[in-house]
Amino acid sequence: MEPWHLLGIEPLGRGEIEGILRGARALRELLRGPTKKRSDLRGKTVINLFFENSTRTRVSFEMAAKILGADAINWSAAGSSQAKGETFLDTIRTLEAMRPDVLVIRHAASGAAELAARHVRCSVVNAGDGAHEHPTQALLDALTLQDHLGSLEGRRIAIVGDIAHSRVARSTSLCLRRLGASVVLCGPRTMLPAAPWEGVEMVSDLREALREADAIIALRIQLERISECLFSSAREYARYFGLSRRTLAWAKEGAFVLHPGPMNRGVEIEPEIADGGRSLVLHQVESGVAVRMAVLLRAAGKLEESIHG
Amino acid sequence: MAEIWLVGGRILDPASGMDTAGTLVVRDGAIAAIEKGEGAPAPGTRVIDCRGKWIVPGLIDLHVHLREPGEEYKETIETGARAAAAGGFAAVVAMPNTKPPIDDPSLVRFVIEKGKEAGYARVYTSGAITRGLRGEELADYGLMKEAGAVCVTDDGRPVMNAGLMRRALEYASTFGLPVMVHEEDLTLSGGAVMNEGPTSARLGLPGFPNAAEDVMVLRDIELAALTGAHLHIAHLSTAGAVRAVREAKRRGLRVTAEATPHHFTLTDEAVARYDTHAKMCPPLRSRADVEAIREGLADGTLDAIATDHAPHSSLEKDVPFAQAANGIVGLETAVPLTLALVREGILSPMRAIELLSWGPARIFGLPGGRLEVGAPADVTVIDPDLEWEIDANRFASKGRNTPFHGWKVRGRAVRTLVGGKIVHEI
Repeated sequence: MEPWHLLGIEPLGRGEIEGILRGARALRELLRGPTKKRSDLRGKTVINLFFENSTRTRVSFEMAAKILGADAINWSAAGSSQAKGETFLDTIRTLEAMRPDVLVIRHAASGAAELAARHVRCSVVNAGDGAHEHPTQALLDALTLQDHLGSLEGRRIAIVGDIAHSRVARSTSLCLRRLGASVVLCGPRTMLPAAPWEGVEMVSDLREALREADAIIALRIQLERISECLFSSAREYARYFGLSRRTLAWAKEGAFVLHPGPMNRGVEIEPEIADGGRSLVLHQVESGVAVRMAVLLRAAGKLEESIHG
Repeated sequence: MAEIWLVGGRILDPASGMDTAGTLVVRDGAIAAIEKGEGAPAPGTRVIDCRGKWIVPGLIDLHVHLREPGEEYKETIETGARAAAAGGFAAVVAMPNTKPPIDDPSLVRFVIEKGKEAGYARVYTSGAITRGLRGEELADYGLMKEAGAVCVTDDGRPVMNAGLMRRALEYASTFGLPVMVHEEDLTLSGGAVMNEGPTSARLGLPGFPNAAEDVMVLRDIELAALTGAHLHIAHLSTAGAVRAVREAKRRGLRVTAEATPHHFTLTDEAVARYDTHAKMCPPLRSRADVEAIREGLADGTLDAIATDHAPHSSLEKDVPFAQAANGIVGLETAVPLTLALVREGILSPMRAIELLSWGPARIFGLPGGRLEVGAPADVTVIDPDLEWEIDANRFASKGRNTPFHGWKVRGRAVRTLVGGKIVHEI
């Protein structure tokens, strides 16, 4: 049987996205319950391959695997054979020879997960590849938004930040659009993609982006981008693109605020907004574990039976 | 040496304008006669039936990477020269970005000697513009020319320092050497791995805009105007570069330019799913750029088709796209890709052959590129209608890195003669 891969949101249809979200919603009850253990994936092995540092995504995948009874093994590039000059594909093939069921891959190069998937027989789940996609982040954003807005049909979601270099912006806007939302992307011209993305609006004026927005996703601003001349200072960014009480007033009343983390408080988001009543940041983290449980079950071909069985 | 008669083909010689059904006689390694009709070969003469085929000057590729010395696992001068012959090329010009780079006369002699030993296509070589290709100090142009170098280039790397570029042009013109340039402003392309456009935006790959090439082409054309030196622009990829070269020629400047088959055949959409065989520098561009290059080839703005043959192994290509090396092999696919432009009505057969022979010969002042009685018999026989499937695994080159693997194409060099010796035959 052909393995199921989650390489991005782009190849997924609306039905498949909704199936995963439905599963995640059911599995979240398990996460919230007193006994966080099931045996759906007993005897299955998940290897988390993190060529790039990440704590929250790795812990989230590890927890999702363990709650479902799988054995989760964490591999990181630092101190590995990668440091000794082994090629990416040799590492992938070597680990695959140990017969894991799922490889979860985070890598700084766009297309890395897809390249791996072409060379292995197990499932590959993309945990972020360069500036390409981060599909589980998109799914957890969608789940979080559905929890608070209900159907996303006709909703308007703004994504603000370094859009061009963001795999989150790419995956999340694809996912939200497939669920019927309209998406507006906002950032200084230097941070907007060189070519338009199909079906999304792009503006550099935050007020225009936030107008009628039901929710705003602020992206992490990397301060290294100052030296690349993508912006001038944290102060100026905060003034024109940061979420504050002043700027949030431009959105729909009661609009929600999301952030994939880790946050630069005082740059893209004011602390009082990050911790305020409209912030869904921690809810996103919880949704992340639920979504990843659903994805691992889907990879094992057990999603339907697990939520109905 | 016995005679070889190439009988009854369509003889196309762009230098003289000859386009006639006839027979070409090779004797003692030279072209002994070109006659109308089928002639009357004496018994015992080797007769090659060329009916339905084209008899053209041995093709010349100004731009190949032979990887020797230093990266013989990718290609050697011998395998590269064999690949050239297999693709119909009787002569190639090697690029200097080897390890070490060809930046002194002894290395120039090494490449030429190895080419002679191989005995397939003639191997000419360029020398570096700057020592070690570092963009800092001029290499010894006079000594390299005396050793046989036909031009200077830092190909693969642009000369970012405009002041140094001016001096390189002046110094090269002292010795009558053309300066061949890879046009890319690294401050605009830094970190980028493909063309900037909808495909790069979709794939999340850093792209670089046409402007990175255009500003350098415009800069160097003005430096050619300032110095009066001969500037040759390698593998141009943008509509803006074509426009700039057209204008430079109108001004009467000594500016020549080449384009590759991949840049007039493919767009950046070929990268599709991170196909590293569609990664090269300059990158595949948009449809409008492809159209502009085709127009430039047709109207005389561009002087040559060159392949930028760049063999790599799986070590450089079976990796994430951003990490993959630039370049594809091109010697064995150039003829059918060029003939596709003839079938599309963009190039006449004569113009197509000119771009692959007389055009490149003139740019670097190379012998050959024409059918001349008394001259060494560098001759290619092309079957313009032969249908075949490109199979990278059957290349004479060590390189398998081509985006054209599996393509069903028409037109192929069926014989290549170098100095009257048949070095390729199918």
